[in-house]
Amino acid sequence: MFSKPKPALASVLLAVLALAGCASEPDPTTVTVVTHGSFAIPDDVVASFERDTGLTIDFVAAGESGSLVNELILTQDRPLGDAVYGIDLASASQAVNAGLFTVYVSDQSAAKDAAEYAIPDSGSLTAIDYSDVCINVDHRWFDDRGIPEPVTLDDLASGTYRGLLSVTNPATSATGLSFLLATVAAYGDNWDDYWADLRANDVRVVASWSDAYYTDFSGPSSGGSYPLVLSYASSPPFEVGDDGVAPTGALLDTCFRSVEYAGVLKGATNPEGAGKVIDWMLSDEFQAALPDSMYVYPVSTRVEVPEAWVRYAPLSDQPWTLDPTTIAHDRDDLLREWAEIVIG
Amino acid sequence: MTATTSSGSGRRSLSDDPVTRAIAQAHSPRVSRLGALALPIAFLGLFFLWPVGTLLWRGLSDGSGEAFTSGRTWTALGTTVTLALAGTVGSVLLGLGAAWALYRITWRGQAVARALVTVPFVLPTVVVAVAFGALLRPSGLLGFLGLDQGIVPIVAALVFFNVSVVTRIVGGTWASLDPGTTIAARTLGATRWQAFRHITLPALGPGLAAAAAIVFLFCSTSFGIVLILGGTRTNTLETEIWLEVKQFLDLRVAASLALLQVAIVALTLAVASWAQTHRERALRRTRVDGTRAATRSDLRLAVLVLAPTALLLGLPLVGLIERSMRTRSGWGFSNYAALLTTPERSNLPVPVWRAAVTSLEAATIAAIVAFSLGLLLAAAITRARRARILNAIAMLPLGVSSVIVGLGILVTLYRPLPGGLDLGDPRLLVPAAQAIVALPLVVRSLVPTLRSISPDLRAAASTLGASPRRVWWLVDWPLIRRPTGVALGLAFAVSLGEFGATSFVARPDHPTLPTAIYRLLSHPGIENVGTAFAACVLLAFITAAVMMVTERWRGKEVTEW
Repeated sequence: MFSKPKPALASVLLAVLALAGCASEPDPTTVTVVTHGSFAIPDDVVASFERDTGLTIDFVAAGESGSLVNELILTQDRPLGDAVYGIDLASASQAVNAGLFTVYVSDQSAAKDAAEYAIPDSGSLTAIDYSDVCINVDHRWFDDRGIPEPVTLDDLASGTYRGLLSVTNPATSATGLSFLLATVAAYGDNWDDYWADLRANDVRVVASWSDAYYTDFSGPSSGGSYPLVLSYASSPPFEVGDDGVAPTGALLDTCFRSVEYAGVLKGATNPEGAGKVIDWMLSDEFQAALPDSMYVYPVSTRVEVPEAWVRYAPLSDQPWTLDPTTIAHDRDDLLREWAEIVIG
Repeated sequence: MTATTSSGSGRRSLSDDPVTRAIAQAHSPRVSRLGALALPIAFLGLFFLWPVGTLLWRGLSDGSGEAFTSGRTWTALGTTVTLALAGTVGSVLLGLGAAWALYRITWRGQAVARALVTVPFVLPTVVVAVAFGALLRPSGLLGFLGLDQGIVPIVAALVFFNVSVVTRIVGGTWASLDPGTTIAARTLGATRWQAFRHITLPALGPGLAAAAAIVFLFCSTSFGIVLILGGTRTNTLETEIWLEVKQFLDLRVAASLALLQVAIVALTLAVASWAQTHRERALRRTRVDGTRAATRSDLRLAVLVLAPTALLLGLPLVGLIERSMRTRSGWGFSNYAALLTTPERSNLPVPVWRAAVTSLEAATIAAIVAFSLGLLLAAAITRARRARILNAIAMLPLGVSSVIVGLGILVTLYRPLPGGLDLGDPRLLVPAAQAIVALPLVVRSLVPTLRSISPDLRAAASTLGASPRRVWWLVDWPLIRRPTGVALGLAFAVSLGEFGATSFVARPDHPTLPTAIYRLLSHPGIENVGTAFAACVLLAFITAAVMMVTERWRGKEVTEW
């Protein structure tokens, strides 16, 4: 009925049909890896996988981290890909219980190192990397005022540090969940008392990591007024200037160690290729690229971490951690109770 | 002044004549009408109704609607409505003044001001939240107000985002009002306010209702702003849906909440359509170029009405620019230089300019698709008997949570369909998701104008033997060329800034500008935050440029007549 818009419409329709028309058969030369939204690895590392295996690798991101498992569960009937990378400790058990994976055990030599972080009774997830979520401290803020820096979780709840700490809501932020788990690991059933103390000590709660770090933190890249914020053990090197001085640091007694896993998805069209992806992720090349590309520590003891990390991002000797089964069991209740205690 | 159409008032309308009507109907056969509708309905059906419906169905078939009995749900519903109402009232108040100052009167430099007002509309929520947060935090410029983490910052940010929607839609109507009646009233002794209250305001009614409805729907599904500026203490339906899906995987509750959202959409549209039909007659009057060069007193008034808008829009924008120029060694442009290279200490795999190109490509396709389909839909809505149902379907995407849309697409379209049909390509899904979000805006900006075209004109053309195509081409098209600029511009802008649904479908190695900004902001370091803010300024700049082009286009149309 319209004369003029027709050519435009026709071409749009054609374009849609052209794209839609690409019928896709199961393709044994392609392997699809589902990741979280912040996945990144250098091109040459990807290229060497493709060269060694003759496979083309295709990455798809299913939303931001924390929701990856939920999205995999929702798409279980027609999985989003062949392999998945980026399942974290907090949701690993839930993912395994949902029957998302087929068992795959890598024969790479780093597999021994990975086994140390394995989920109990399950060969379906392979640990690839880990990181410590810790309270970060602005050294200069405390130096300027001559106040000693806090050290332990207990210190954070003491009057000296009233109104100085900003953390994220565990329901809206994966970092926040890690910190909540650290307090559960440290205080057991009394974790709720600790949070009531933190609340009484004017802890600030924000929605996401970037709100805490980029709006609240008094460190150099934000200019806020909180000298203590929740971040990672790997954050301080980012703040080191040309003078080689680290203006911030991590409180190593407050850290929760989280692990990221990879697995072969049940219903994969190319399960064999998916296994090769897991092997590749344990390879020295991939493991060595992890710190600089995704700011996590490799599980493999065969590769070196960057010089700056050794100096400015030391890991906690005794990080808090929790058994994944316990986390899977308690998580929802913890989150609801936490909300009542802290922001209710 | 160029009068385009006129229908005498008081005279019996030609379209009431049964013969004319019969002739007109004979010339617009049902078949072609249905054909024109098939395309937009198929598009909406495939990329919106099917994914959303599938997800809702999965949720609801899980069990009974327990969510409705929970007190939390009703609190969230109350907060949603309160926030959306406050945001709408604020946007309408500021937007009305700005519409007059930016569209009714003319002055030098106006095009730039018009473009600037639209900028906030496309900025990614996460960045706006950081900018507002920086202003309101205890150490910030406005920290002394003590408004941090409360309702007020949320409403202010909602107005910040939506004031341009009111300005553009109402401004379009205002610019084409016949100033004759107002002048007459003023001559007869009415004050400026009286003339506005009794003549201009009723005439603006339909445009105002359309704009308010859109803003209300936008506000009621606002997510990041509520979560971030409310410090996670404020719960709306949208934040509850997000939590239930992301954290608790409780689809049943999420689906019930989403249905509540749909109910809000329906109610909003009912109110808007009541306001519109109530005022419909007001618009069926002479449509002219009613703009005039600003007088000195106009300018004074313009400064007065634009001041609060400028302050609200300006402060966060200035804060944003300031942040984009902060570097490790003081102030500078190194963050802008960094847009050209792949960031070193971030997990963004491509340079920001590449993400900008991806965004521009997707938004161009999305705008064209949304505009073409929106035009067909708007034309159908104007004429169809079941216009309300069509209208409601076209508006749904504004009122449905982007989490639900994104997840729905994941569940239905991401992998090849059983027949081997593969719609999972991000080159298709990203613009499709954006077009879905932009479509309601296009429809809303076109419908009031299409409605205002007197059926007499079409009937007359038909009677004289014009085919339906010719009727459309000779009567409708010349009148809608102007709002076309608005519609295309808005569609492009909203596609460019879309984050919610896009974040589900964009591949990690092909980020769009907003998803790239989000990723930059998810790692520490002054370079990352600086580059993120520079990217934001780039996004704002592209938007402003596009807006100015569509403005210019619009300007030319007026002189052509």
